[in-house]
Amino acid sequence: MPESTTAPTGGPGPAASIHDIGYRHYDGARLGRAYARRSLFSQSLRGAYGLGRSARTKVLPMILLAVMCVPAAILVAVTVFTKARDLPLDYTRYAVYLQAVIGLFLAAQAPQSVSRDLRFKTVPLYFSRPIERADYVAAKYAAMSGALFLLTAVPLLILYAGALLAKLDFAEQTKGFVQGLVSVALLSLLFAAIGLVIAALTPRRGFGVAAVIAVLTIPYAAVSAIQGIAFAQGNTDVIGWLGLFSPITLIDGVQSAFLGATSAAPNGIGPSTGAGFVYLLVVLGIIAGSLALLMRRYRKAGL
Amino acid sequence: MTPGVARDTSVDCVTVIATESLSKRFLRVTALDRLSVDIAPGVTGLVGANGAGKSTLIKILLGLSPASEGTAAVLGLDVATEGGAIRERVGYMPEHDCLPPDVSATEFVVHMARMSGLPPTAARERTADTLRHVGLYEERYRPIGGYSTGMKQRVKLAQALVHDPQLVFLDEPTNGLDPAGRDEMLGLIRRVHRDFGISVLVTSHLLGELERTCDHVVVIDGGKLLRSSATDEFTQATTSLAIEVTDSDAYPDGLRALREALTAAGAVTGPAAGPGEGRPAATGRLLYVEAAGEETYDLVRDTVAELGLGLVRMEQRRHRIAEVFRDRDHESGHEGDRAAAPARTDATVRPAAPEAAPAGAPDA
Repeated sequence: MPESTTAPTGGPGPAASIHDIGYRHYDGARLGRAYARRSLFSQSLRGAYGLGRSARTKVLPMILLAVMCVPAAILVAVTVFTKARDLPLDYTRYAVYLQAVIGLFLAAQAPQSVSRDLRFKTVPLYFSRPIERADYVAAKYAAMSGALFLLTAVPLLILYAGALLAKLDFAEQTKGFVQGLVSVALLSLLFAAIGLVIAALTPRRGFGVAAVIAVLTIPYAAVSAIQGIAFAQGNTDVIGWLGLFSPITLIDGVQSAFLGATSAAPNGIGPSTGAGFVYLLVVLGIIAGSLALLMRRYRKAGL
Repeated sequence: MTPGVARDTSVDCVTVIATESLSKRFLRVTALDRLSVDIAPGVTGLVGANGAGKSTLIKILLGLSPASEGTAAVLGLDVATEGGAIRERVGYMPEHDCLPPDVSATEFVVHMARMSGLPPTAARERTADTLRHVGLYEERYRPIGGYSTGMKQRVKLAQALVHDPQLVFLDEPTNGLDPAGRDEMLGLIRRVHRDFGISVLVTSHLLGELERTCDHVVVIDGGKLLRSSATDEFTQATTSLAIEVTDSDAYPDGLRALREALTAAGAVTGPAAGPGEGRPAATGRLLYVEAAGEETYDLVRDTVAELGLGLVRMEQRRHRIAEVFRDRDHESGHEGDRAAAPARTDATVRPAAPEAAPAGAPDA
């Protein structure tokens, strides 16, 4: 081995001896399409946290994950030391408070996941293999959702563990924790769909980052402002419906209707249960529409 | 037929690719027009100008784009219904750049191996083997962004070979390479078949380089089959030399004098010697001589020196696709030209398009 590592450019001698090992055919298993889809999923999920990539790409996602977890740890510490009878914050409210961090993570990692393949034209290599368009979209979507779920569920787990440590009521805490998990799962599915469809529109990563941030923050700012005005004018009916127009308030609406959350809207005015169904339908509609757009996007991208 | 063509991986199918009246029409263009061709195991060149339908054909053969009409089978599998199975057994090297710059060749090829269905351990082993076979050594651990064009082409080839396919599609693999890199890549393509037993379909717009590399050449133009003919060992061994000389007072027409002297020396054979060999044919300022080997170069040099002429240029002549078209128009006047040699075909050619008939099946 030490000899074979001499520069291969150093004449035919060492290089030729390396070549002479001969070609071996592969007779082992070929695990096919489902395995390839799983491999793409795990590679993309790991990639969202920079695992299996260079050290530089790990920095941002790991910092954001830490930023998500530190407030939870502080809340737990406060609860334990003050011997409070409940956590200072609901499980369902946590992600809403830290939506900026989630937005940053999505803005950074969604383009990383799909724009790169478009920009460096790696997509045709995928489609020249057993996987199909639907497999690619499914794997990328599942990976992005999974990465977001990890980002949002880990702090909830810290809260839950802390609550149990502080000997808070077990049944109540478990119920809240499960509600929180369902809420962040839905949030992850919705955000991943939005983030990927925007990122897949442009092979330029910078545009993707900016566009994702814009889509997450501008509607939220607008909705909040109009809700504030409506509240000031005493027009409380409108407040419940305005939440339909930005991603995070959609999730907020669904969870205040079904998951026992108090709405983040002014004065805690959320949609009624009936309106909650509309919220849920809109969320599912956005997810389905985004996936359909992604499928369409990759129809022409093969080869 | 070239020795060692049929190896174990491809021995079970007599034809690796068979198309029958294959057509592909888009809204305004007809990319493929009733193309019928059978391709045997071995290295097959697919020659055509840009837009001739090469990429469209590859896309259909990979099962990624449905044909407008006609059928095609790859390794005995129908492209319309068994695309997934085809893509598991076939490798594809695209023409364009397709490598992310921030990962190493090893990581990238391992990932692509898994995308082809190889289990993790096998993917790593096959990656190490394949990268070594294409000639990437220590640099395979460095990010691809720092590679030269030649190294990138090797990585692209490696990702097409890593799952040990029975057939690879190589789309313009010599694009962007300097002459030395070009020769290395062509040598590598030969090895893919000779040493690895993998059949190759390689596209190019340079007929000359394919003639030296391929067992068989298929020429398409405007989606139609123009010619499908074998390149036998003799034509691979010979190359055409283009020679340009100055005139002198003693020989006002230097080219003519050289031509007569060379013919007299006997090294350059006449038209009757056999198919594929050419008489020295002067066109304009260039004299074309079939080079039988090293001695032809010496002979030309010595003859030029004896005549006291100045040797301006002596180079291997590369056939360009345009010459094929010219040959088609003036077929009778160019029997001696290698490109127009009668099709001694070991693959069946069934031109469906009547226009393709005179070019695809000259009198044998």
